[in-house]
Amino acid sequence: MSEIKLEKLDDNRWLLPQTGAMRVPGIIYANENIHDLLRHDESARQVANVAHLPGIVNFSLAMPDVHWGYGFPIGGVAAFDLETGVVSPGGVGYDINCGCRLMATNLTFPDIREKLKELTTALYHRIPSGVGSTGYVKLSGKDQKKVLEEGAAWAVKAGYGSAQDLETTEDGGCLGGADPEQVSARALERGKQQLGTLGSGNHFLEIETVEEIFDETAARVFGLHKGQIVIMIHTGSRGLGYQICDDYLALMVKHQAQTGISLPDRQLACAYLSSRRGQNYLAAMACGANYAWANRQILMYLTREVLEKTLRASPRELGMRLVYDVCHNIAKIEKFSVAGQEKKLCVHRKGATRAYPAGHEAIPACYRSVGQPVLIPGTWGPDPMCLPARPKQWTKRSAAPATARAVS
Amino acid sequence: MKKYELFDHTADLGLEIYGRTKRELFANAALALFDVMIQDIEPPTKRGGKERVKTRTVLGADVGDLLVNFLRELLYWFNGLGWVLNRGSILVCGNKKLVVQCTVEPYHPERHLIKTEIKAVTYHQLAVEKTKTGWKARVIFDV
Repeated sequence: MSEIKLEKLDDNRWLLPQTGAMRVPGIIYANENIHDLLRHDESARQVANVAHLPGIVNFSLAMPDVHWGYGFPIGGVAAFDLETGVVSPGGVGYDINCGCRLMATNLTFPDIREKLKELTTALYHRIPSGVGSTGYVKLSGKDQKKVLEEGAAWAVKAGYGSAQDLETTEDGGCLGGADPEQVSARALERGKQQLGTLGSGNHFLEIETVEEIFDETAARVFGLHKGQIVIMIHTGSRGLGYQICDDYLALMVKHQAQTGISLPDRQLACAYLSSRRGQNYLAAMACGANYAWANRQILMYLTREVLEKTLRASPRELGMRLVYDVCHNIAKIEKFSVAGQEKKLCVHRKGATRAYPAGHEAIPACYRSVGQPVLIPGTWGPDPMCLPARPKQWTKRSAAPATARAVS
Repeated sequence: MKKYELFDHTADLGLEIYGRTKRELFANAALALFDVMIQDIEPPTKRGGKERVKTRTVLGADVGDLLVNFLRELLYWFNGLGWVLNRGSILVCGNKKLVVQCTVEPYHPERHLIKTEIKAVTYHQLAVEKTKTGWKARVIFDV
């Protein structure tokens, strides 16, 4: 962690004091174990670097399993004032709207035990994964434009799922303000053949069993019970999102000198939210986000199809339904109370999800009594989790990254 | 003189690239990128007929940005267009502008083995410097 000194605030929070050209202090959510991990990478330095960006509000934040990323750390959260602040493609990440989708079923493990190998083979066959994988959905230029504008709603209209799926997808699976005109021909080309694919790296489709219930009420509301088979998908906007990020990163680096913003790391290249370049990035990023939602919606449909066929189960017997779909690489305009005043902010979450509390209007009505489901996929150590969000203030309305490296 | 070396960088891939001249540094960077991504199953000379020549001009804010933009362009050739680089030469090599002419062929799974997927070229800890013996660069790739 080099020369960065953290001050312990309580058992789970560390203050990164404001020094030098930092505009705000940082806060890292970490227990002692995670704090020890921070000594071995540059993520605390990256939290400090983010605090240099113009218009940042209150704090540069890091969620519990923060780790090293490009520019922003993974697990980094930062909100920016719409008039004085910036948007940074590095604060969203290359894989725009990388996210998780959790599907529940009526099955328990004995229902699939004998068919597990057959099921796995069928899933591999139907859902392309790995380097350069291409999907079964071939898009015309006109359809691709609609995917970018409408997101998961396009997929449902095209027959890949039902309107009910959209109700339990963050923002109904469509981010407003998408403008395909702001997406390069290169990005469009890369996106043409990748809808309905998982990709490579840490992306996955996993068949899981619910092993432990910590909160009976929340579990009941989410429709989860012990022993149940659930399926989790982790993927994003594939080559299209990567290309959008790369295109705008190159553009912002090219014009960085004109903004007069001094950056401690070139990967933090940014544009003012009030500028045309900043607005164009947000419009292109929304296209990437919508592509990712359509992608996960199609993957859910393909999974349902494979399960029904392999297990010879009717849709009613299978009972597959979407628990929740939430993104963890995004910049969104959200309302928060800052110093007693309601303000619209551009919140960057990179490897961090939204975590809205019970009663919040942006979460599905069916979950409003317990809070938004927060999906934390597992890693080689900790198991995946589905948690009800219970934040108390805006700085806490975010949760840990996608592929948890450590759990507090 | 070594053309390049891999170095460990957490879950990512780092390349240290060398050249006696800046022109050679950029040529070796191109070679290293495709060496890391692709292994030829049969030598390119046996294939015949599929090759084509491409010329590109790449711009950058400085020599580091130029190197990143050059590698980005080549990465798009593979990730976006499905081209594999067979050989090439740098025709113009300034600090902010580069012209490259390359011989490429379409990727074919029976001829090319994908060893590593490279998703993006980053600016993270980017360094391009003149040394006593020539030029050296460090680039980290998202894999």
